[in-house]
Amino acid sequence: MNDAAQRARLIILALGGVVAAWLLLLNFGALGAVAWRAEGLTALRSAEWAAVRFTLTQALWSAGLSVLLAIPIARALARRQFTGRAWLITLMGAPFILPTLVAVLGLLAVFGRAGLVNDGLAALGFARFNIFGLHGVVLAHVFYNLPLATRILLQGWAAIPAERFRLAASLGFGPRESFRQLEGPMLRDLAPGAFLVIFLICLTSFSVALTMGGGPRATTVELAIYQAFRFDFDMGRAAALALLQFGICALAGLLAWRVSLPSSLGGGMDRPVQRFDTNSRALRLWDGALIVTGGLFLLVPLAMVALRGLPHVAGLPPEVWQAALRSLGVALGATLVTLAMTLALAHAVLALGGKRGALLEWLGLAALAASPLVIGTGLFLIIRPLANPRDFALFVTMLVNAGMALPFALRLILPALREIQSTQGRLADSLGLHGLARLRILTLPRLRRPLGFAAGLTAALSMGDLGVIMLFAEREGATLPMQLYRLMTSYRLDDAAGAALVLLGVSLALFWICDRWGRGNAGA
Amino acid sequence: MLVLERVEITQDAFRLSADISIAQGASVAVIGPSGAGKSTLLAAIAGFTPIASGRILWEGANIAPKSPSARPLSILFQDNNLFPHLSAFDNVALGLKPSLRLTNSERTQVTGALARVGLEGYDTRRPAQLSGGQQSRVALARVLLRQRPLVLLDEPFAALGPALKAEMLALVREICAGLGATLLMVTHDIDDARAIAPQTVLVADGTATGPHATEALLENPPASLRAYLG
Amino acid sequence: MKYPVFAAVAALAVTSAAQADTLTVLAPDYFGSSWGPGPAIKEGFEARCDCTLDFRTGDVLPRLILDGARTEADAVIGLGTDELLRARDTGLFAPHGQDLAPLTVPVEWEDNTFLPFNWSYAAFVYDSTRLDTPPASFAELIERDDISLIWQDPRSSGAGLALLLWVDQLYGDDATAIWENLAANTVTVTAGWSEAYGMFTDGEADMVLSYTTSPAYHIIAEEDDTKAAAIFEEGHYFIAEAAGVLEGAAQPDLARDFMAYILSEEFQSMIATANWSYPAALPRDEWNEVFRDLPMPETAIFLDEEAADDRRSPALAHWLDGMTR
Repeated sequence: MNDAAQRARLIILALGGVVAAWLLLLNFGALGAVAWRAEGLTALRSAEWAAVRFTLTQALWSAGLSVLLAIPIARALARRQFTGRAWLITLMGAPFILPTLVAVLGLLAVFGRAGLVNDGLAALGFARFNIFGLHGVVLAHVFYNLPLATRILLQGWAAIPAERFRLAASLGFGPRESFRQLEGPMLRDLAPGAFLVIFLICLTSFSVALTMGGGPRATTVELAIYQAFRFDFDMGRAAALALLQFGICALAGLLAWRVSLPSSLGGGMDRPVQRFDTNSRALRLWDGALIVTGGLFLLVPLAMVALRGLPHVAGLPPEVWQAALRSLGVALGATLVTLAMTLALAHAVLALGGKRGALLEWLGLAALAASPLVIGTGLFLIIRPLANPRDFALFVTMLVNAGMALPFALRLILPALREIQSTQGRLADSLGLHGLARLRILTLPRLRRPLGFAAGLTAALSMGDLGVIMLFAEREGATLPMQLYRLMTSYRLDDAAGAALVLLGVSLALFWICDRWGRGNAGA
Repeated sequence: MLVLERVEITQDAFRLSADISIAQGASVAVIGPSGAGKSTLLAAIAGFTPIASGRILWEGANIAPKSPSARPLSILFQDNNLFPHLSAFDNVALGLKPSLRLTNSERTQVTGALARVGLEGYDTRRPAQLSGGQQSRVALARVLLRQRPLVLLDEPFAALGPALKAEMLALVREICAGLGATLLMVTHDIDDARAIAPQTVLVADGTATGPHATEALLENPPASLRAYLG
Repeated sequence: MKYPVFAAVAALAVTSAAQADTLTVLAPDYFGSSWGPGPAIKEGFEARCDCTLDFRTGDVLPRLILDGARTEADAVIGLGTDELLRARDTGLFAPHGQDLAPLTVPVEWEDNTFLPFNWSYAAFVYDSTRLDTPPASFAELIERDDISLIWQDPRSSGAGLALLLWVDQLYGDDATAIWENLAANTVTVTAGWSEAYGMFTDGEADMVLSYTTSPAYHIIAEEDDTKAAAIFEEGHYFIAEAAGVLEGAAQPDLARDFMAYILSEEFQSMIATANWSYPAALPRDEWNEVFRDLPMPETAIFLDEEAADDRRSPALAHWLDGMTR
């Protein structure tokens, strides 16, 4: 079979191999380097096992609630058309792309002791409530991840062919039957994946969990890793904890594997989804209430960030704008690299198929459970003997950001690619559509929507990432999040608020442009 | 000449064996009960389903190791015969060049093929903007343009009304005659078989047999077919 | 926007080509900003050394440990007192070669390796519009249950570590009960100073763990005199930042000149308002008047680095115990 099809397959596997090698290096090579430098792992203490328990508890609650709340909100958004819907969907995604520090300050402006809600309660004569504790951690994580869950599920709704809803209408389905027959299977397919991704994001939470958790009872594994590095100066302990974090990730993966059923939803022609079963007044009111509540929950904290920062944007020092430009460059670079790596990996996963494909898919998700601290330190240790890592700090940051964003992009692109292959793969094969031509003519146009979303997500995430750069950056100047922290450490809180707004604005704009492009002419 | 030489297809519990020869330029219907493996037989010839043993010979050469696009055939599936995001023009042009980088004369060929199937001026329409019959015509224009000597139809017109289907089959016959192509077409409709396929391959009980003369087979069907015809 | 960046880079390249000697100094990230102390120090030192001062900014100690002898730096600035033992243990440092007589820090400083350049006391800062009567002692802080606090985790923050050792020095093995008491008034514990201070100014708590010098920023830069540090009778924990010369320095003479510059009046007069802390080698009557007028604790509590290292683990155990009880 030494023809174009075979050649295309070999190239896909080779490219997938390169990406897999980078991911292995990033996730396990870095960890290995830290362990090697430490000359072995250190046994864990009871405090660290307590951290493991707390980490699991908060991650389960956070992921569970995020997905549960996302279901009605995504459904309401999917079946309602209204002016400003596209704007709302984009804006609602914003918490996810905010730097954690900014997100927490915004959240506290609403739910904190001196926040809007407590002020309102006090004005009405009620007692103020305390937001700090496990419920605070979960609230923050839901605030952070609800947008992601909503968007994942919203895509699921968009992927149900309009023909199915027409069929449902012809069979006299009410909303309940539609849910059971059409939406339920879609959710059974997507929800475990969404849950898993959010669970893994919450696993590596550190600063948010501590701040909102109200004290050391809210110690997560990632904080324990930080402590091992900075307080105990014990890299062996850091490596052991990072390994444990991967263990939890792998376990969660195995569990999710068992509940996640293969999709039985086929493809259809692109037409706007029209529903026939949800026009009752009560349902409209219910959906409206859900959209308003969800929107307020996600947008008011952002508005507080914006209001706080707005008066100070004009007076920002020029370095902040230079840093914004630099961050923009890193974000765009990371986006291109992420998309290229994700496409290569997704194609390789499908080309391999079966168990080997599944393994590769898991490697793509593993970075979610990777500790940014371990990755940064480990990469530094790996690169240091070869070159001074600081000479290409921005480049390394870009590659690491790409590796960290890849799990999200893969989650979005792989199912869509699988769908394309199963509906149009045979036609493309029969016409000899292979290699770059297939990418250009079939895959990229059909993937436009998830590609746009993935690009927006990656760009925005790398914009706000502080990650490894603190260890590497030196000569090439600061990124925008670094400048934000610099302003804060110099007491310049007003300027910091202005910079936070700039960061929010640029991230959102990047996300909006990419996402808009993706939804360009998809007809829905 | 298309020869399936002791071909065995196995998929889990499903087995199908075929040992048949079809003459150049013949029009052959493939009939049999639901689930007997008619589509699987076509998929094996087209290269989408691997064969466990045997050879598939076209003009004496074994095409079984070749990838689908390298085989000398065009196939139309039950659905998904068009890319929904591409215009009618591009969907047809893919048959000429998968890269879609066409010369002027090739562009003329594509418009010509669309005109031949009665879709002049529909170049820029997307599948969603076309009726079912028009979508079939676009797919047939591509078959016309690819000029492969073997045409496989896996019930692509099943969703069309009787008049429209008859129209399409006439178009198929015209195209195949023009190309001198061999036609293999799965059908559930005995009248379709009678109308354009003098010969029939019967797929039943795990075996593909034939080709039989269509009229004789339908006059005097074997037990397996009789149950299916009712 | 792009053009000035390139112009600046080009200008930098030209100057470094013209001057042969470059002193490379590892410094904390805040040295990299125009509003931090970095630019003034660079300008002041370059004016007297006929060389280029190149700050490499980032997490100083982790970089030093990871880089080891491979480090390209000649000197280091910005190590916290709680980091000095680890820094010393790297074996990378050479004597700073300075006479310590000009030092005005409130503790005995006889270190030939590390030279303090600024210092402060850990303290709880409050907003006088929200808190009428601040506690006058640590004991009062612990007894009062009407004051909400935000402070930093000792495992991830220098200020947090200072509080840990402060409590350890005041209460020793009774610290567990103290932490338990403190936990009741604690709104939350943050990973870093920035989060805590930002939450305090947003009104999340009545007091925040910071420094006795923090109010100076608000008075000088914002003309806001509502922020003040509560001064405790028992004394306050002393924190300093230090500089040192690396053994493998390519420019050892320049590095020692830099140490001398750190002790100079020029540097010392500038550091207070550049870094919002007390100068380490300047008599109090020569300080900026705002700093001079800040309430000053009577007693300095300080642990030398070995004692601090011995105490950190048991103190952390008390802390964890008390905070999670």
